[in-house]
Amino acid sequence: MAGLLAFAPAVVASPAAFAQDSATAIGNAADSAPATAPAEAANAVAPAETAAAPAAAVPAPPRLKPTEGVGMPRPGEITLQEQFTDTGRQARWIHDAVLLPVITVICLIVLALMLFIIARYRRGANPTPSRTSHNTLLEIVWTVAPILVLVVIAVPSISLIAEQYRPAPKEALTVKVTGYQWYWGYEYPDQGIGEFVSNMLPPEKAVENGEPYLLAADNRLVLPAGRPIKLIITAADVIHSFAVPSLWVKMDAVPGRLNEKAFTIEKPGVYYGQCSELCGARHAFMPIAIEALPPAEFDAWVRSQGGDPAGNANGEAPQTAAAAAPAPAAPRI
Amino acid sequence: MTTIAADPHDVHAHDHHDADHKPGFFARWFMSTNHKDIGTLYLIFAICAGVIGGAISGLMRHELAQPGIQYLHSWAMLMDGPDATLDQAYHLWNVLITAHGLIMVFFMVMPAIIGGFGNWFVPIMIGAPDMAFPRMNNISFWLLIPAFLLLLGSTLVPGGTGNGAGTGWTVYAPLSTSGSPGPAVDLAILSLHIAGASSILGAINFITTIFNMRAPGMTLHKMPLFVWSVLVTAFLLLLSLPVLAAAITMLLTDRNFGTVFYDGLRGGDPELYQHLFWFFGHPEVYIMILPGFGIVSQIVSTFSRKPVFGYLGMAYAMVAIGVVGFVVWAHHMFTTGMSVNVKMYFTAATMVIAVPTGIKIFSWIATMWGGSLTFKTPMVWALGFIFMFTVGGVTGVVLANGGIDDALHDTYYVVAHFHYVLSLGAVFALFAGFYYWFPKFSGRMYNEVLGQLHFWVFFIGVNILFFPMHFLGLSGMPRRYPDYPEAFAFWNQIATHGYDIMAVGVLIFFINVFWSLFAGPKAAANPWGEGATTLEWTLSSPPPYHQFETLPQID
Repeated sequence: MAGLLAFAPAVVASPAAFAQDSATAIGNAADSAPATAPAEAANAVAPAETAAAPAAAVPAPPRLKPTEGVGMPRPGEITLQEQFTDTGRQARWIHDAVLLPVITVICLIVLALMLFIIARYRRGANPTPSRTSHNTLLEIVWTVAPILVLVVIAVPSISLIAEQYRPAPKEALTVKVTGYQWYWGYEYPDQGIGEFVSNMLPPEKAVENGEPYLLAADNRLVLPAGRPIKLIITAADVIHSFAVPSLWVKMDAVPGRLNEKAFTIEKPGVYYGQCSELCGARHAFMPIAIEALPPAEFDAWVRSQGGDPAGNANGEAPQTAAAAAPAPAAPRI
Repeated sequence: MTTIAADPHDVHAHDHHDADHKPGFFARWFMSTNHKDIGTLYLIFAICAGVIGGAISGLMRHELAQPGIQYLHSWAMLMDGPDATLDQAYHLWNVLITAHGLIMVFFMVMPAIIGGFGNWFVPIMIGAPDMAFPRMNNISFWLLIPAFLLLLGSTLVPGGTGNGAGTGWTVYAPLSTSGSPGPAVDLAILSLHIAGASSILGAINFITTIFNMRAPGMTLHKMPLFVWSVLVTAFLLLLSLPVLAAAITMLLTDRNFGTVFYDGLRGGDPELYQHLFWFFGHPEVYIMILPGFGIVSQIVSTFSRKPVFGYLGMAYAMVAIGVVGFVVWAHHMFTTGMSVNVKMYFTAATMVIAVPTGIKIFSWIATMWGGSLTFKTPMVWALGFIFMFTVGGVTGVVLANGGIDDALHDTYYVVAHFHYVLSLGAVFALFAGFYYWFPKFSGRMYNEVLGQLHFWVFFIGVNILFFPMHFLGLSGMPRRYPDYPEAFAFWNQIATHGYDIMAVGVLIFFINVFWSLFAGPKAAANPWGEGATTLEWTLSSPPPYHQFETLPQID
C-alpha cells in the first residue's frame, strides 16, 4: 500500500499551473520511463498548495459527500447500479425487463427439456431407441422462433443505440476528458477552466473523507445536474476508457481521436467509475469521480475556478482565463 | 482413390513390417509423421500448457480473494528481485492476465481440440490411413514448442514497467508499442507468429486431408459431424490467422522500425489494430468451440443410440456460424467510439449468430429425444456442455446489444460470458472427448467412478467460480484489475472458493488418467455399444500404428 502514497493528492491550483503541468505529463509519458514519470508529474502539482495560499475570491461549494450505495457498487450486489441518466434508465430497463427474462426463460426451457429427457429416455425407461432423425417442421420452428425472439430484442436495443448517439444540444456544457497513465485530466474550454488532473485518493485519505477507496479521486470532475453535458474524450499516451456505471457511460479514450459522449445527469450526487481499458501497471488505480452539483452551485464552482459560467471564454482558454482569474480556489479535498 | 498411399507395403516395399510396427523411441516421438502419435504429442503438450495456464489463474484468483494486494508484491519480488516496486507488482498482474489468456487460447484449447483430437480422429473417421502431409503435420506440432518457450521466456525480460508482456492477450496498441518498451512484447509477438504459422499449416493439412482422402463412399454429407466441425474450423484458421499475422507484424515494425501504423498522433490509427485483431479474434472463438460442437454431437448420438437429429442442419449450422463469425468482429469494440450505423449493424449481425447456435442446441436435444440414454462419463460431460454453453450463449446475446454493452464492456460480465463458453464450453467438450476416446487412444478404460466424480466436482467448482462474475460485472467491476473496491469483495471471495473446488476436480482427473493408463482394464474395440457408429470404433483399441491399409467401403 505504501507505494500508493506516491500518488500525492494534487490540489486544485491555478488553471495555468495545471495546463503547464499536464503538458509536462504528456511529455513524460512519452519518455522511456512511464512507470514513474506521471506520478512525479502529479506530485509536481503538490507545491501548488503554496500557490493556493491566497484565498479564492469566490469560495467553491463544499465537497459533496457521496451517498452510500448510490453512484457506486453495493456490497454483494447482483444487478446493475441504479441509473441517473435517461439512456441509463432505458438501457437498464431493456436489460432487466427484456433481456434478463428472455435469457432466463431460454435457459430454463433447455434445462427442463434436458431433465425431462434424462428421466424419460434413460435406458431403463426406454430400452429401444427411436430412429427418428428428421422433422422438417420442427427444424423450421426452431430456426424461426429464435429469429422472432431476436427481433423482439432488437427493436428496443436498436432504438437505445439511436438514443445514446443523440447529439448534445448546442447549449450543452463541454468538458474535455483526457486519459493519462495513470490519472485523468479535465478541461472546460468554454468556461475557460484549464486542465486539472484527477488522481486516486490514497486509502487513509479516502477513509477520512468517507469515500470508497479505489473509487475516490482528489479533484473530481464537477458537472451540473439537470443540464446537458458533452464529454470530449481522448488520451495522451495509451488507450484508456472513461466509464461511470451509474450514468451508463463508457467511452474509450484513444490517443489521436476525440470521442464524444452526451448525457444529462438527473440528480446531484457523486458518481464513481473506473478506467475500463487496460492501460498499464496502474490501470486499476485511476478512478473517475463525478460530482454533479445543482446548476447554481455548479456556476459558483466555475467562478471559484476563475471560469466564466456563461461559457463565453470559448477558444481563449486557458491563457485568458488564467490571466483573468482572480485567484485559484482553495483545496476542496 | 488410388491405393498408393493406402498400403504402406507398397510404399516401403523393401521393409516388410506389419501394420503395427513402430519405429524406435526417438524416431517415433521426435520425428513423427504418424497422425496418432502427433495427436498424442499435441494432447500431452496441451495438458502441460493447461496446467501452467490453470495455475496462473489460481494465482490471480487467490490474489483477488479479498480487497487489497495480498501476494502480488511478494511474487514480483520473486520475479524481479527483492527491490521490486509496487508498480512492478501491478505490471506482474498484467503479465499474468496476458499469459493466462494466451496460454489457454493458443497452447491449451487449440492444440488439444484441433491438434489432439483432430489429428487423432479426423483421418480415422474418414477412413484415411494418415493426414495428407505427415511431415507438415510434424512441423505443425514442433513449431508450438519454440512458440511456447518464447512466450514463457518473455516473462523474464523487460516489458515496460516490469518484466514480461503486460498488454493483455489482445496486445492493443499503443500499450503494446510505445507503452511497452523492452523485448518482452517482441518475444510474445514472435510467439504468436510461430503459433499462428503452426496453426495455418495444420489447417492446410486438415482441409487437404478431408477433401482428398475420404474413403470410397464417404461423401461430404456422410462425414461424421466432428470432421465437419474440424473442416469449418480449418477454414476459419486459414482465413483469420494471416490477418493476425499481418496485424502483429505491423506491431513489430511500429515497435522496432519506426513505422506508425497504429500511432494516432503520427497518421496511424490504434483502432486499426483492434479491427485487424478482432477480425482474427472473433473467428478464433469459433475455432475454439466448433470442434467442441463436433465432439458433443458424436457423444450425444453414441450414448442416445440414435443418429444425430437433423444432420444436414447441424453441419450447415456450423458453416453458417463460421461465415457469420467473420462479419461480427467489431462487437468487441462497441466502446471505441464507432459511428451509430456501424454499432447498429454489428449489434444486429451478432445477434444473428444465435440462430445457428440455437439450431445446434435444439438438435442435440432432439437427438436425445426418443433415445435410449446411458450416462457414462463422456455423456455426462456432453450434457454439462450443452447446458453450460446455453448459459454462456445467452449472455452473449445480452452483450451483443451495443447499447447494453456500454455498461458491460470490459467488466467481469464479459469474463463470466467467455469463461462460460470456453472454460465451461470448450473445456467440457475437451473432457467429454478425452473420456470418450480415452479407451481408443490408450487401449484402456478410464475409471467410471472417478470420471463421474471429476465431472461433478468440476461442474460445481466452475459454476461457483464463474457465475458470481455475472454479478460483479453487472455492478460494474472492471476486468484486468489486481485490486477492487470493498463492495466487490463478497462475490470475489465466493469465486475463489469455486476455483479451489475446481482444482480438486482437476486433481481427480489426473488421478484417473494415471490410474487408468497403468491399471485400467483393457478396452474393447468398441466399448460404447451399438450407438458408436463412426469408423474409429471398428478398429482395435488402440488402433494399429497404420490403419486402413485396405480402405473401408462406406455404403
